[in-house]
Amino acid sequence: MAEDLVNTLADLKEKEALKIVEDRLSAGDEPLKILDDARRAVEIVGKRFADSEYFIPDLVYSGEILKEITDMVKPKLTKAAEVKRVGKVIIGTVAGDIHDIGKDIVVFMLDVNGFEVYDLGVDVPAQKFVDKIKESGAPIVGLSGFLALAFDSMKETIEVMKAAGLRDKVKVMIGGGQMSDEIRKYTGADAYGKDAMAGVTLAKKWAGA
Amino acid sequence: MEKKWEEMTSDEKQEALFQMWLSPEGIEFASPEAEKLYKERATRIKDAIQLKKKPDRVPVMLIPSFAPAYYSGLTPHDVMYNYDKIAPAWKKFSLDFQPDTHGGAFVPSPGKFLEILDFKLYKWPGHGVSNETTYQCIEGEYMKADEYDLLIHNPLYFFYYIWPSRIFGALEPLQALPPLAGLTEIYGVSVTFIPYGTPPVKAAYQALMEAGDEALKWIQVAGGFEHEMPALGFPPHQGGATKAPFDVIGDTLRGTTGIMLDMYRQPDKLLQAMEAITPMMIQMGVGSAKQNRCPLIFMPLHKGADGFLSDEQFKKFYWPSLRNVIMGLVDEGVVPFVWAEGGYNSRLEVIRDLPKGKTAWLFDLTDMAEAKKALDGIACVGGNMPMDLLTVGTTQNAIDHTKRLIDVCGKGGGYIMANGAFFDEVKWENLKAIVDTVKEYGVYK
Repeated sequence: MAEDLVNTLADLKEKEALKIVEDRLSAGDEPLKILDDARRAVEIVGKRFADSEYFIPDLVYSGEILKEITDMVKPKLTKAAEVKRVGKVIIGTVAGDIHDIGKDIVVFMLDVNGFEVYDLGVDVPAQKFVDKIKESGAPIVGLSGFLALAFDSMKETIEVMKAAGLRDKVKVMIGGGQMSDEIRKYTGADAYGKDAMAGVTLAKKWAGA
Repeated sequence: MEKKWEEMTSDEKQEALFQMWLSPEGIEFASPEAEKLYKERATRIKDAIQLKKKPDRVPVMLIPSFAPAYYSGLTPHDVMYNYDKIAPAWKKFSLDFQPDTHGGAFVPSPGKFLEILDFKLYKWPGHGVSNETTYQCIEGEYMKADEYDLLIHNPLYFFYYIWPSRIFGALEPLQALPPLAGLTEIYGVSVTFIPYGTPPVKAAYQALMEAGDEALKWIQVAGGFEHEMPALGFPPHQGGATKAPFDVIGDTLRGTTGIMLDMYRQPDKLLQAMEAITPMMIQMGVGSAKQNRCPLIFMPLHKGADGFLSDEQFKKFYWPSLRNVIMGLVDEGVVPFVWAEGGYNSRLEVIRDLPKGKTAWLFDLTDMAEAKKALDGIACVGGNMPMDLLTVGTTQNAIDHTKRLIDVCGKGGGYIMANGAFFDEVKWENLKAIVDTVKEYGVYK
């Protein structure tokens, strides 16, 4: 039955997946196990995306189904879900830029791949990244941006990290529509990811996960 | 005797629109040189698009966002709130860089107008983003998932009342207004108009009138620019704009997430809705082209890019209605000037299904050698002046890339050099170097 949920959700069969969850809940199945299966399914979705078998709408849809499943399972949870986290990542869209779709997909994929993600939202001032690094001790920072003005915001954010003495304590990745290796060099980031799964791969590498 | 418009073939209509563009009505050229330049430039672009003969050289276009403001040391806020600053900045930009066309000065939307109507769809300088930042769209579900039937069966009602009531805070009362189908007999006429007597609806109409006043103030400036630039020798490269039906619904009606979910949950409704708005999108382009006497209609493409849809989804949801809009424009002699944002590598084989010499495709991140190969003999290609080169590359990099593009895509004509994504602040020396390189290196011998 576990594989049923993993496979139907990975194949994006919404109705069937929800039905399986409903049946398992009424059969008294462990809610945490259901959530774990759902998470495994979305991990497969991420892999299919990385293999160009799936595309952005598939990621978005899987996220939506996962949300529905979580909403169904949550009231039945007797204890808080204890997820083994493989690492911490801070992420945000840099100052001046309010685009969030790409960032949200990266946050979602990092989360299902076991990362504890601190999502600072959009139009995030450099200092806010610095404060969060200090507070959380996260060793990985993701800077998102869609507009060309984000190039300078990213550069500035990294400079502020440097000034705060944090640059050698974190790895910084950038992502977004017009990013490239040229822009990575310009901003002083460690790497750029061309899509959400590239971001996950980088984070895993840096976290040794 | 001249043929009537409706008797002309689409080829004849296109030629007629190009002729109107080549000899702009009501324009007094500043000098004989300006007139000569205008005609040379317009002819160059016409030749590149029609694929009938090689132009004298590769045409070069610049399609900026707020770049002209930044270039003049102004912020987006400055030009959105001081309309008299727009034209001088936009003019200086064209005069200094000397591209082959001008793109109008409509980027700076009037800030006060947006304030009067309490515009909800974007954040703009001073309203959600800083004065130095360009305006940006706020993603949202401005049309609910269960409203497809309304859009399909009553698109005008949707766009006249429901839609404005959601994107303008000041027009929220309009959602209380009934459709006007009840006006066909004296019985019931007055009932239809009862809501118009209520204070909230009156206030909404008052706001509309004030917004109209403000828009008029603004267009007197921007409109003047539209006359001045041709007089100085720069033909406009945009007679208006229209969009792909998938983007209309996905950008600001249902939002990106909304439309992506609709493809799975209610695909038939989505397809029907795109069909329902297709005639409006065609009319929008054709009407503007004729009114502005410019055959080029700008079509920014957003959600059809590589990765945003699978090949299958592109072929099912994006391309058919886009192609219908394109063909609707082409039939009326209009040249869809398609601005394919993101990568289009996986779409090239699909978009080849178009008649020869009727469209122009400007690409952003697409492999230009592949684009040229796929569209050779079908459509003019262009774009791909990369943002990283414009903003952080060396001037030599920019020159080298320009030459490479001309080598690869310029062969035999059918190529326009242009930027591939809207730009704001860039390295001006790189921009200048690109334009100058095209003029020297892009001459056809």
